[in-house]
Amino acid sequence: MGPIAEGLFTDEQPPRLIGGRNAATGRIVFPCPDGNDYQPWPLKRTGTLWSYTIQRFRPKSPPYAGPEAFRPWALGYVALADETMVETRLVNVAVEDVKIGMEMELVQVPLDSEATDSVLIHAFQPVGASA
Amino acid sequence: MSDVCIIGIGIHPFGRTDGLSGMEQGVFAVREAMADAGVDWTDLQFAYGASDAAGNPDTMVERLGLTGMQFINVRNGCAAGGSALFSAQMAIKSGEYDLGLAVGFDKHPRGAFNAMPAEYNLPDWYGEAGYMVTTQFFAMKIQRYMHDFGISRETLGRVPEKAFRNAVHADHAWRRQPVALEDILEAPMVSDPYSKYMFCSPAEGGVALILASEKKARELGRPLIRLKAATMRTRPPGSFEVFAPSTDIQRGGSATRIASADAFRLAGIGPQDIQVAQLQDTESGAEIMHMAENGFCADGEQEKWIAEGRTEIAGSLPVNTDGGCLACGEPIGASGLRQVYENVVQLLDRGGGRQVPGNPKTAYSHVYGAPGVSAVTILER
Repeated sequence: MGPIAEGLFTDEQPPRLIGGRNAATGRIVFPCPDGNDYQPWPLKRTGTLWSYTIQRFRPKSPPYAGPEAFRPWALGYVALADETMVETRLVNVAVEDVKIGMEMELVQVPLDSEATDSVLIHAFQPVGASA
Repeated sequence: MSDVCIIGIGIHPFGRTDGLSGMEQGVFAVREAMADAGVDWTDLQFAYGASDAAGNPDTMVERLGLTGMQFINVRNGCAAGGSALFSAQMAIKSGEYDLGLAVGFDKHPRGAFNAMPAEYNLPDWYGEAGYMVTTQFFAMKIQRYMHDFGISRETLGRVPEKAFRNAVHADHAWRRQPVALEDILEAPMVSDPYSKYMFCSPAEGGVALILASEKKARELGRPLIRLKAATMRTRPPGSFEVFAPSTDIQRGGSATRIASADAFRLAGIGPQDIQVAQLQDTESGAEIMHMAENGFCADGEQEKWIAEGRTEIAGSLPVNTDGGCLACGEPIGASGLRQVYENVVQLLDRGGGRQVPGNPKTAYSHVYGAPGVSAVTILER
């Protein structure tokens, strides 16, 4: 199972997300923009949950490419210390247990957990949680 | 310098009008506005037209008359109507023209807006993974705001409760049945903490405003509704916007804050001088946060303001007197102009059951949209 797009994850294990650092200003963003202004910048693997919500309906396709079957999912922004806040799925936590300020770590999850040939997307889970 | 005045207003009711295109609803509004102002199509020297999804506005000359007039189309996200009005007033302020039109209309399919990543210069994976959903952003914005400033979920419910109650008296509104607070709070969730009543829906409708120089308005014998300020701004660093795969840790201001501050500077008055306000309320938290972003209260004071009924029609600052986007829906091109329409109604004492008491003399409107645009107007009678 490969990533949903090239250039999102480093090749190491466990992987990190690849952001971009602006050479002139030092600003860090995710994902790394095309062009010469930003250099690839592997992001921290852990951070703090800044805000969140629960997606309660299946998004329209296109552009959504997930499975037809829908279960609500949590998503939020995780603040990576002095780097940036990354928008991400939140996994391995019950939706009612999600709280601002939780310590989170990066994982990869399949976009369709039922399919054998799905693609991997980024997600964060509470530090030390497991599937 | 003499002021630009709004001398005529027209609206096609918002909501769903099967069998009538968005442009036809715009034409309906233009005819109503011309009748209100007592002018003919042949009198108008220029037009700015806003539409996001219902075709090019200038095509309406086919219906209204091939006079050869200047007609410029405006597409600027949710600020499209505000941008059309801004441009129209500049055309008069410049001295080039003294009578013209700002018109906006739209017609969107049912359900959430269907945005594609490429339209926002985002990679395809962002949409494939399920992030091209505006409601997620709005929910995360208010979730953090509630955490930072102690806003309760009950307060989120009181905003649409007021909207539907006000809309009972607004002929042009879409959802005109009161809904009990309890039903709003317990309705199915769309994106936590928001239930379905706490989001507005894409809709249809048209609004037209006839603008004139002060001299022209006096010649025509119209009441002088002065456009004291019209501003449009984009975002500063550190603002939190829709469709952002990442956002800066260092938080900053917003397009609304700078558009608002500039409008007050131009008008030479402050938030405490405003007697009625229409604030962008695409979701209930938007109205709450925009009360502070537009300078009417400090962050967190909304909890008390709303509990005390200060934003009700009889309160010290009535907000969204026609029910706003929550009750009218949001036809993007028309929505910002609807707010100005409603303010003119209020300043002319035409509000009927939703009229703000005490002959208001000042009125404020504010729109906000993706990806960080805002337009503000201040009217005085």
